[in-house]
Amino acid sequence: MSVVELKNVTKTFARGNTIALQGIDLAIEAGEFVSLIGPSGCGKSTLLRTIGDLIQPTSGTIVVNGKPAQQARRDRDYGIVFQDPVLYDWRTVAKNIALPLEMLGWDRTRRAKRVQEMTELVELTGFEGHHPYQLSGGMQQRVSIARALSFSPALLLMDEPFGALDEMTRERLNTELLQIWQETGSTIVFVTHSIAEAVFLSTRVVVMSARPGRIAELIEVDLKQPRTQETREDPRYFELVTAVREALARGGADKITEEALVAGDET
Amino acid sequence: MRPLLRRAALLVVVLAALWGIWEGWHWIGTQFKLTWPFTVDDVTMPHLHRIVQALFQPAQVNGPWLLTILWHASLFTAKESIVGLAIGGVVGFAIAVVLSQSRLVERGFIPYIVASQTIPLLAIAPMVVIGLGTKGVTDWVSVAILAAYLTFFPVTINALRGLQSADPRAVELMHSYAASRWRILWKLRVPASLPYFFSAFRIAAPLSIVGAIISEPAASIQGGLGGAIVNFNQYYSIEPQELWATNLIAALLGITFFSAVVIAERAVVRRAPENVA
Repeated sequence: MSVVELKNVTKTFARGNTIALQGIDLAIEAGEFVSLIGPSGCGKSTLLRTIGDLIQPTSGTIVVNGKPAQQARRDRDYGIVFQDPVLYDWRTVAKNIALPLEMLGWDRTRRAKRVQEMTELVELTGFEGHHPYQLSGGMQQRVSIARALSFSPALLLMDEPFGALDEMTRERLNTELLQIWQETGSTIVFVTHSIAEAVFLSTRVVVMSARPGRIAELIEVDLKQPRTQETREDPRYFELVTAVREALARGGADKITEEALVAGDET
Repeated sequence: MRPLLRRAALLVVVLAALWGIWEGWHWIGTQFKLTWPFTVDDVTMPHLHRIVQALFQPAQVNGPWLLTILWHASLFTAKESIVGLAIGGVVGFAIAVVLSQSRLVERGFIPYIVASQTIPLLAIAPMVVIGLGTKGVTDWVSVAILAAYLTFFPVTINALRGLQSADPRAVELMHSYAASRWRILWKLRVPASLPYFFSAFRIAAPLSIVGAIISEPAASIQGGLGGAIVNFNQYYSIEPQELWATNLIAALLGITFFSAVVIAERAVVRRAPENVA
């Protein structure tokens, strides 16, 4: 069964008459790691938000875990990670991770136990009592990931989660994310503008093109699991990077204009 | 210990500088017979040592020291101000919460909230004191309510901004948890508004004292700082240092209130050091 199923999804923004998404058909199976990649203004963040029912499509249907997206949101079927960590700076690391658990009405002991597991998972043990401003950007993003995973959602939506980090931190977190993905067996939908990151992480890359935002190509990433540092040196890895790059070029990534950026449906 | 010493030194230096400016101006003014911007003499600018001295002398023959009288007056006014500040803080914040729920409500009501502050306290004081008096409300409580009338305003305006200051993505995050409006308010908007609330409270705290002092004469209260100021006003041409001494004590009370808010803020609000206002 598909975890996410989009049928003919279209989204128009009234302001400026922008067509952010047009005729999107996409099915994501359980356990997949799917990256959405495309030029600015191609609607990849908008697409992610429609899956999460944070934005409603103008037309088309979205089914998540076999139910309408709105019901899935109400059932807390997914966790979300943004480009910025979006931590509450008045809460400690432990309390930030526990936020969704509070929403779900977990009792204190159960929360504490899960927070401990989560800090271990993202390697932040010992930082539970720290406040976000005392952590580096990479550590803050790990807290954000722990928060999204804390209530064990089967689906994880990630909107350029490592976009604001330096290359080294980014590569380390890529590896950590893959470990988490394999340990938890969750399904991940991952928005990125880095070709290398998309290929390294994904089982499938969705290449999008801009104005109107639509799916240009789907590329299967048949690199063997688990992915390691050696994966980045695999000749097949380079072939796939080239394939994605060419798909982007065909999809009109080279035609990005200021207009597309001004449309500003990315954030 | 060292920062404490430095602070004490700073205090002494600033006080000495202020003393120097006051006495220096007094000396120049009397020496050169200045009439602009005002005539300087012992009535317009009594010597500082005489103001301080006045505190340790009886205000009336065989009466207690002026300091003793003002100490009791300060306690009385402080009581009114604390109650006024508490009412103003709670009511001000409650209004902000209501206004934050809808832009339409905010736009509809804000003009009247602003207008409320253009009416001088003196104009509404008799209504409140007499009106509540007929209901059996004690005078000093009426004064506290008048002080609250002055203090709720900065609290409402700032808390409203604070409630609206939450990061839009943090709101999205709450929506992803299917959080209700009230949960978003309680878990996100209210904590996000606290730094703004305390900024307003720093302004509101001394303001509540001003409100109480102004309202006391309207309520015919003699025992507070407002009563003392009215009283010493009448003898200003003979004993100017007594009014100045009263002003000094009122200022100290204001500083105490302000400091109390700063201490409370440090205990309640956690934020990045670079964001500390």
